[in-house]
Amino acid sequence: MDLDLKPEYKDFRDKVLHLLEEARPSAPSMADKGLKHPKRLEWQKWLIENGLAARTIPEEYGGYGATPDLLKSRIIAEAFAKTKLPGPLANQGISMLVPTLLELGTEEQKQSYIKPTLYGEMVWCQGYSEPGSGSDLASLSTSAEIDGDDYVINGQKIWTSTARQADMIFCLVRTEKYAPKHKGISYLLFSMESPGIEIRPLVDMTGEANFNEVFFTDVRVPRSSVVSGPGDGWKVANATLTHERGMLGDPNATKARFLAVVDIMKEETIDGQRLIDNPVFRDRLVSLQARVYAMQANGMRITTCMLKKESPGIAGLIVKLVGCELNHELARLAIDAMGEIGVLYGKGKYLRDFGEWQAKYMYDLGLIIGGGTAQIQKNIISERGLGMPREPKPAV
Amino acid sequence: MEFALSEDQRLLQDSVVRVLGDVASLDNIRLAVDDVSKAETIEVALESLGVMQLIAPEDQGGLGLGLLDASLVQQAHGNFVASSRMLSTVMAIEMLKNSQKASLVSDIVNGKIRIAIGLSESTGARRDAGIYNIFGELNGKTLFSFDVVGATHILIADNDKNVHLIDLSSNYVSVSELDTIDRTRKFHEIVLASCPENPIEDTNLNGAILAGRLLFAADSLGVCETMLNRAVEYSLERKQFNRIIGSFQAVKHLCAEMVAKLEPARALVWQAAHAVDTDSEDSDVLVCLAKSHLSEVGTFIARTAIEVHGGMGFTDLLGLHYWFKRMGVNRQLLGSPEILREEAAKLQNWN
Repeated sequence: MDLDLKPEYKDFRDKVLHLLEEARPSAPSMADKGLKHPKRLEWQKWLIENGLAARTIPEEYGGYGATPDLLKSRIIAEAFAKTKLPGPLANQGISMLVPTLLELGTEEQKQSYIKPTLYGEMVWCQGYSEPGSGSDLASLSTSAEIDGDDYVINGQKIWTSTARQADMIFCLVRTEKYAPKHKGISYLLFSMESPGIEIRPLVDMTGEANFNEVFFTDVRVPRSSVVSGPGDGWKVANATLTHERGMLGDPNATKARFLAVVDIMKEETIDGQRLIDNPVFRDRLVSLQARVYAMQANGMRITTCMLKKESPGIAGLIVKLVGCELNHELARLAIDAMGEIGVLYGKGKYLRDFGEWQAKYMYDLGLIIGGGTAQIQKNIISERGLGMPREPKPAV
Repeated sequence: MEFALSEDQRLLQDSVVRVLGDVASLDNIRLAVDDVSKAETIEVALESLGVMQLIAPEDQGGLGLGLLDASLVQQAHGNFVASSRMLSTVMAIEMLKNSQKASLVSDIVNGKIRIAIGLSESTGARRDAGIYNIFGELNGKTLFSFDVVGATHILIADNDKNVHLIDLSSNYVSVSELDTIDRTRKFHEIVLASCPENPIEDTNLNGAILAGRLLFAADSLGVCETMLNRAVEYSLERKQFNRIIGSFQAVKHLCAEMVAKLEPARALVWQAAHAVDTDSEDSDVLVCLAKSHLSEVGTFIARTAIEVHGGMGFTDLLGLHYWFKRMGVNRQLLGSPEILREEAAKLQNWN
């Protein structure tokens, strides 16, 4: 056990903090909305050039080209949290497609897509789930049939975030109708401006359209847009899903949310008494604190395993399940601490934090379901972590 | 940065587990309930590993290891629901090592004196409990003293939190066993009647309680590991509806929930122990969080693991109740979860 940083890492941390503080005036603010707001793209460019974004991606593909060093990545992430400056862009293209292309893409695909994606100039959406294929993703039925040099795509995707803003889509389609279900899938990259694509916003319980439905009618896509080979789609998708699950349940984000709940309970009062001085509410707070700290310690354990190139095992498998649940419970406590004030939503003079706690409480329920439901996570934990068998398939 | 057990720590843990695997089978644990000599066999085997010397400073004849090491050893105790003088020894050494009677530490290490612990009231006194010091004479009682069997002395805190070393053979002391749900460890009531005071200056009462709480958390961690492992093993053997029950999602999900709580809890115990060992300023808070959290997680795992075993889990045949009951006691001693969370809140001064 040694939770101290070596001198070279302490120097690195100081350097990063100094660099960020100097750049503070040019950072975009909450008011600079839109995925391609010039201030946001300039900020991303500056971050990449200074090794604070796309750090380990090779220079030839537009990254900074540093040797992977988990501790340095951690220090950078903590520096953004500490300075409260906006971090690197973290969209699905950057966090899921780029690592997938680096691993499995052709040279041409890497050259055309990685750099503009990293710089935020090319926005991607993900076409995975379908109305009939959620947890059983491999049963998907959107078809792509060969016609000359093209695939012709027909079908429907759902839960596609940023579909309206996206330039491109990475999409799972069935190319081999008669192959076993995991073998007949291909992973295609194509433009969202292709004729035959229709997007319908899907309004969710938060009142916003965070997701969309996307319909494909005879959409023509060149055969060269397949990643890895035809029929390899399931393997490619699993590579991206690993990257997605790593994003959900980040213990540092959970810690930040815990601290925000502490602030609310210090500020909010009932009959003149602060909620943090109410023993019942305080007991709930400390009970969650123990769980938040446990997940942070679990995160340090995972980092150490990865530094030693060991598998973190069960400690890693539980992060999405536990982290998302914990975030949800923290939002619930914040709302309960505010009481009646906590149900205000939309706009109004009594609204706290722009009503974001109700939005979080609802959106996080979506995250408990999305990216592999809690129930699917428990199957994975018990099967891969505890060696328990899969549910047998029912006799046909 | 490295958040992991060292090679030495893993070896220490493995060797304690190996020894307990030999001497502390469930059959032997059952026998030790009523047979003092069986209980001693387990204790002697652990003492031969040096667990009594573990945390004593090297210049006082000890091994100079830390509370993280002690936690790993206590966790192994929990694995096998075994008992030794580990808890009272660690607490006594923490209490005495920088006191005016620091020389007692080498007497403990050499086995010249064996010290029991009577500090329950320092973390909250129940009705009728407490020791009053009236003009140099101690009167009253302390409940739930640890490791009294085989002890020569006991460290008792009076209501003013002054700590006294009392000879258990003295005429002013009477000792009686308290029957608890847990048959794997013994707890006693100590009554003092006009007992001459014997205060020790500069004892570290807070440090002793911190160490005790940490070891209870570690013991609970060990209890949880065994209960979870046994639940998974049983689910892979037991068949119903022509299938092993471990292939039903209803059962798998219970096991997944147990391990999803257990793994982060393990990391929290490591962190709390490390914080105490390095004198970190948040060590008090972390230990309160660790003990309260392990009590909650342990309570869930104890009942859920039994549930996975179905009716057999409820019988004496499988003996799971020894772990279940041990967990029940671990949860309450030196501060129940609610009491500890209240303490953690106060320590954080949320002004």
